[in-house]
Amino acid sequence: MARRAPSVLFGGATTALASAVLVIVSAIAVVLTIDALPSIRRFGLEFWSGTVWDPVTQDFGALPFIWGTLYSSCLAIILAAPIALGSAVFIAEFAPPWLGQPLVFLIELLAAIPSIVYGLWGIFVLVPDIRRLELALPDALRQSPFFSGPPLGLGLLSAALLLAIMVIPFTASVAREVLRAVPLAQREAAYALGATPFEAVRAALHYARSGIAGAVMLGLGRALGETMAVAMVIGNTPKISLSIVQPQYTMAAVIANEFTEAAQPLYLSALVEIGLVLFAVTLVINALSRLLIWSMTR
Amino acid sequence: MTLGRGRRAVSAAFVVACAAAVVLAVVPLVLVLGFVVGRGVQALNADFFTRLPQPVGEAGGGMANAILGTLTLATLAAAMAVPIGVGTGLYLSEHSGRPFASLVRFAADTLNGVPSIVIGVFAYAVAVLPFQRFSALAGGFALGVMMIPIVARTTEELLLLVPESLREGALALGATRGRAMLGVVLPAALPGVVTAVVLALARVAGETAPLLFTSFNNRFFATSLTEPTSSLTVQVFTYAISPYEDWHRQAWAGALVLIVMVFGCSLLARLTTRRLERMHRGG
Amino acid sequence: MRAGVALLTTCALTAATLAAAQTVRVTGAGATFPYPIYSKWFAEYGRLHREVEIDYQSIGSGGGIRQVTNRTVFFGATDSPMTDEQLRAAGGRLLHVPMALGAVVPAYHVPGAGELTFSGDVLARIFLGQIARWNDAAISALNPGVRLPATAITVVHRADGSGTTYVWTEYLSKQSAEFRRMVGVNAAVRWPAGVGARGNEGVAGLVQQIPGAIAYVELNYAIHGKIAYGRVLNGGGERVKASVESMTAAALSGAATMPPDFRLSITDAPGKGTYPISSFTWLLLYEEPKDKVRGRAMVEFVRWALTAGQGYCADLGYAPLPDHIVKLALAAVDRIKTS
Repeated sequence: MARRAPSVLFGGATTALASAVLVIVSAIAVVLTIDALPSIRRFGLEFWSGTVWDPVTQDFGALPFIWGTLYSSCLAIILAAPIALGSAVFIAEFAPPWLGQPLVFLIELLAAIPSIVYGLWGIFVLVPDIRRLELALPDALRQSPFFSGPPLGLGLLSAALLLAIMVIPFTASVAREVLRAVPLAQREAAYALGATPFEAVRAALHYARSGIAGAVMLGLGRALGETMAVAMVIGNTPKISLSIVQPQYTMAAVIANEFTEAAQPLYLSALVEIGLVLFAVTLVINALSRLLIWSMTR
Repeated sequence: MTLGRGRRAVSAAFVVACAAAVVLAVVPLVLVLGFVVGRGVQALNADFFTRLPQPVGEAGGGMANAILGTLTLATLAAAMAVPIGVGTGLYLSEHSGRPFASLVRFAADTLNGVPSIVIGVFAYAVAVLPFQRFSALAGGFALGVMMIPIVARTTEELLLLVPESLREGALALGATRGRAMLGVVLPAALPGVVTAVVLALARVAGETAPLLFTSFNNRFFATSLTEPTSSLTVQVFTYAISPYEDWHRQAWAGALVLIVMVFGCSLLARLTTRRLERMHRGG
Repeated sequence: MRAGVALLTTCALTAATLAAAQTVRVTGAGATFPYPIYSKWFAEYGRLHREVEIDYQSIGSGGGIRQVTNRTVFFGATDSPMTDEQLRAAGGRLLHVPMALGAVVPAYHVPGAGELTFSGDVLARIFLGQIARWNDAAISALNPGVRLPATAITVVHRADGSGTTYVWTEYLSKQSAEFRRMVGVNAAVRWPAGVGARGNEGVAGLVQQIPGAIAYVELNYAIHGKIAYGRVLNGGGERVKASVESMTAAALSGAATMPPDFRLSITDAPGKGTYPISSFTWLLLYEEPKDKVRGRAMVEFVRWALTAGQGYCADLGYAPLPDHIVKLALAAVDRIKTS
């Protein structure tokens, strides 16, 4: 009986520590909600349709930030997904082991680069190049709503490119894991039927489609929450615009820029409300993507 | 029936496209690293590692306090995340099937996906406001929260990798479950757990957003944990958006040091994992 | 022998502890406007008094006001005076102590344009987004003989709460009723046009990078960032460039009578040679600080800065305070309860 005591202690300790995780996640939701209440009470649903963010008159509407976040993240995913998936397919299906392992390693390195370093590179290297690109745009394109605006370099395009670069390694490694989970039998069956490598891979991809979707969604979740790199290159202007040349603003960036000085409680509460929504949205997207991946690997 | 040339061509084109995708994916690595190393190395000197920041416009400043600050924050984060993370990993591997375990796993994965800026807001509300001060502890808390899910999930996976025979052997010899876990399985998985911690540290050492309003910044060395502290990431950010040439150079140097730290940890982690995988395959 | 070693060790330890105990660390945060002169002052004062370390974070006036109100820092700094409402929100009585004079200048990046002159009305229209190109008639009218390119104007403003913004919008609101109506006066406003950056540093950084950009920055940042800045037409129609002389003239005429709480704007001050966008910059200190030791340290520092420290202003592009204001400020600082 005496020997049971350490086991019970051990069991109790690990249960307590595991519960800590639950406590922390719940605490985040609760604390954010409490601190966002003044803003929620004041603005209600209009917070999400309002386009005016005016600290002077204490009138806060978050639509420009939602727009900027969604636009930059979706554009980033559109750019990143083909490259990430193509890389995953190449490494998982076509590359010989002596090539595959170093490639996996390189992709891991890409994922390990801190966001601030991407931001630094973004300001001093990417933005001037994008500015040159924008200056060289033909006038016909300049007229269209997607490219109108002065060529600053800073703006949605730079942010989306930077986000895409940051998301690619993330999505690629998850997609590679997903592909590795496809039973060999699938591909072998295809080859037995006389398929080309492309057609065999296509069969595997079809089998893994929900997992692939999950990998892309995880990338989206990552892009939605990215703060520093975006804040350094997006131009920090709360404006809703179709133009990728225009500076815009994202939810994460506005919190980072304005949090330390929101002097009035309502201002601070409005920023916390944005944080709360960011939390909820990334929660849903991540849960959905994990569900997709899980459903495929079972 | 032979393969039609059309289908073979499509297949070849596909392989080429995928190879091109890999090249495109890796090109930014070369570009970013190239610039960081190129511009950073020029700005690295003894001053950078030993001196404090100088007033604007005066040369010879360094990031000694920022480097120490990042190490301090990483240590604090690990102190918080290792017990909770490893404990959670132990729990999850032991009680894998239970609904509570699934709930904990879900919570850990959720926590992993929370944007770091949101963690920063949470840490401000919980660790800064009630004490009315910015502090290294608050910064360590924010980073610790981010580390927990990484350590927990990786520990769980590594514990599951340890051969069942080890655990069963211990139980057969009369050990309690607790002793089996702590005395036999955990030590076997220890290199992996250390890997998990190192990987998690690499990830949070590069974070900036949650530190902006928790550990804040400090022109000097922080003399106590309840003081604000400088950190490499926040310092690089502050310098990058300034108009001063000297600060820009120091920002590149700081980025280089950050990359070396982070890559060093990742490399270490990778080597250890490879050894563990080989061990598992062999055992 | 052992007793001797023990004695020596005890003495050494005591000395070390005493030395460590005597180092006072004071944390402050606030305006980016005075950051260059403050960082110089803190470094120089630190050399003279090694037992005091003053750490100042330049995060913007809005941040300074908020942090000092919440007491997450010991002192704040701002160039936009706190409103009555903000003062009421603070737990104790906060004093505005004027420290130096600075100027907000229109800085621009227009290669080949040389030195330009602006009027308050033209600046208002530029920042309202109504003047889109550098070769607009309104700008050319003020700068005859200068070849202005057709480059688009990119307005750069502050993305954070800023006293510099307060001074700038206050001046433009005085010059243009439309600006007052559409944008107003505040440390953080809704800009109809342009991109935002953090701090004077961030704004200056952007102007350096973007051809065609125009922004408002504190004089020091334009000088140190090697950014061109223009002359502004003052009330008397003179084309005045921001300088120690023109700022001092503005202070002497605008602050001839200083209110007891020191919250005074000197934009658009009347008189000859006055630079119309000058401003005081203030430290925010509690009249009854909770920590008496730190309070004493800050008071000693402020006394030094108001007297010997003023000599460092001119080199950094700030103007020293006029004598009568120094006297008033020293008297105000005497009110701070440090015992």
